[in-house]
Amino acid sequence: MSSIHKTRKEMPLTPLSYPTVGSMGKTGSWRTFRPEIDYSKCTRCTICWIYCPDAAITRQEDDSPEIDYEYCKGCGICANECPVKAITMHREEE
Amino acid sequence: MAQTIIDTANHIAGYAAKAARVKVIAAYPITPQTTIVEKIAEFVENGEMDSEYIRVESEHSAMVACIGAAAAGVRTFTATSAHGLALMHEALHWASGSRLPIVMAVVNRAMGAPWSIWPDFSDSLSQRDTGWIQFYCADNQEVFDTIIQAYKLCEDERVYLPAMICLEGFILSHTYMPVKIPDQNEIDDFLPPYKAGWILDVNRPFSHSNLVSPEWYMEFRYMIQEAMENAKRLIQQIDKEYGKRFGFEYGGLVEKYKCEDADLILLTMGTMGSEAKIAVNNLRKEGLKVGSARIRVYRPFPVEEMRRLAEQAKMFATIDRHISFGMEGFLATEVKASLAGEKEPPLVAGFIAGLGGRDVTSETIVKIAKKSLKWMKIGKVEKETEWVDLRD
Repeated sequence: MSSIHKTRKEMPLTPLSYPTVGSMGKTGSWRTFRPEIDYSKCTRCTICWIYCPDAAITRQEDDSPEIDYEYCKGCGICANECPVKAITMHREEE
Repeated sequence: MAQTIIDTANHIAGYAAKAARVKVIAAYPITPQTTIVEKIAEFVENGEMDSEYIRVESEHSAMVACIGAAAAGVRTFTATSAHGLALMHEALHWASGSRLPIVMAVVNRAMGAPWSIWPDFSDSLSQRDTGWIQFYCADNQEVFDTIIQAYKLCEDERVYLPAMICLEGFILSHTYMPVKIPDQNEIDDFLPPYKAGWILDVNRPFSHSNLVSPEWYMEFRYMIQEAMENAKRLIQQIDKEYGKRFGFEYGGLVEKYKCEDADLILLTMGTMGSEAKIAVNNLRKEGLKVGSARIRVYRPFPVEEMRRLAEQAKMFATIDRHISFGMEGFLATEVKASLAGEKEPPLVAGFIAGLGGRDVTSETIVKIAKKSLKWMKIGKVEKETEWVDLRD
């Protein structure tokens, strides 16, 4: 916000936040565990895409999921939700 | 066409919501408020009101539903009492902080424990610092007029704050009085449709009132304080304009009665102000120079008016239908704070009366006045906080 307003007079009545890409920077650096998709098991059900709380999974034209590692924090929700265990979590340094 | 109807203050509050063309009502019942939302339900059901009526599972949800509706840009209304208001507390801050002009009737009821359904101001005064404007009414006509005035005030771009319209349970809520309801076209002319300060938009989604860092939070608080100061000025203007159009005027922030030459001024809120006027007339018959000042707006507090009254009077007596445990009545505190720093401030005596619905009649107020006059004569308040008619 400080980048938008300089004085009180320019401020809105209450803070209004519009969706934006990566306002906190590249949050992928926060990650300890890295999700990896085994596309041979993936059924393109899109459940991981629906559940990802950070919208770090994008849905391709054929419905296959793609993880954006620049912003994925490695929470593991996608791996937990995947009904065919096509997503597994791996420690970053491995 | 204007019409005069005889009805309870609660039903009148319903008529006011209808006259204000409220679009969303979120309702949860609680004594003694319930007949307000029942009346509105009747209006919505029979088609007299073109509104969404949302039945919620708690008062907290009622306020949050109003916040959502107001954020979508429509005029909203709800009503509550006592424990219902306490349950809303957190959401009250969200309404004012988001600068949404929600208007709510608070039918004053004493807080438990022990349970009480009868009136005092401990419910609404406990919400003093939530950023809501607070009006206190003395009769049914004022309930109607103040609800209409409140929308005009709260929706002004210089204010954009919510307001509580407080009325004492049973003394007003369930008591029939004649009330003049102005012509709808004239109300529409006085109160144009709501124009929001900001509005949720599905085509350009955003979230509101998000996390603010320490470098910006204070500014948002300051803007609410500024809005309160603006409200102080606008309440007086709107009251005058309303009076000119519809014939009812309430002195803006403070309704003053025979204060011009008064040695002693009785400071009250709500219906005690009506009784104080009778007391003043009776005391004047005895040659005693007493006046009455009913604080109609408690937030923003009429500090300047208190100072103006202090120029003439030698003595103030505050009558609080409330106690801040471990201190005194809020009104006493606020009045003393307003006068601190004045050159020769009047003495201030604080009286606690009418808690849990005990009657405060003109006779009670005459007694308070006579004790105050005695202290005025000796130039010393012998007891800083006196509990009136307390059983020994």
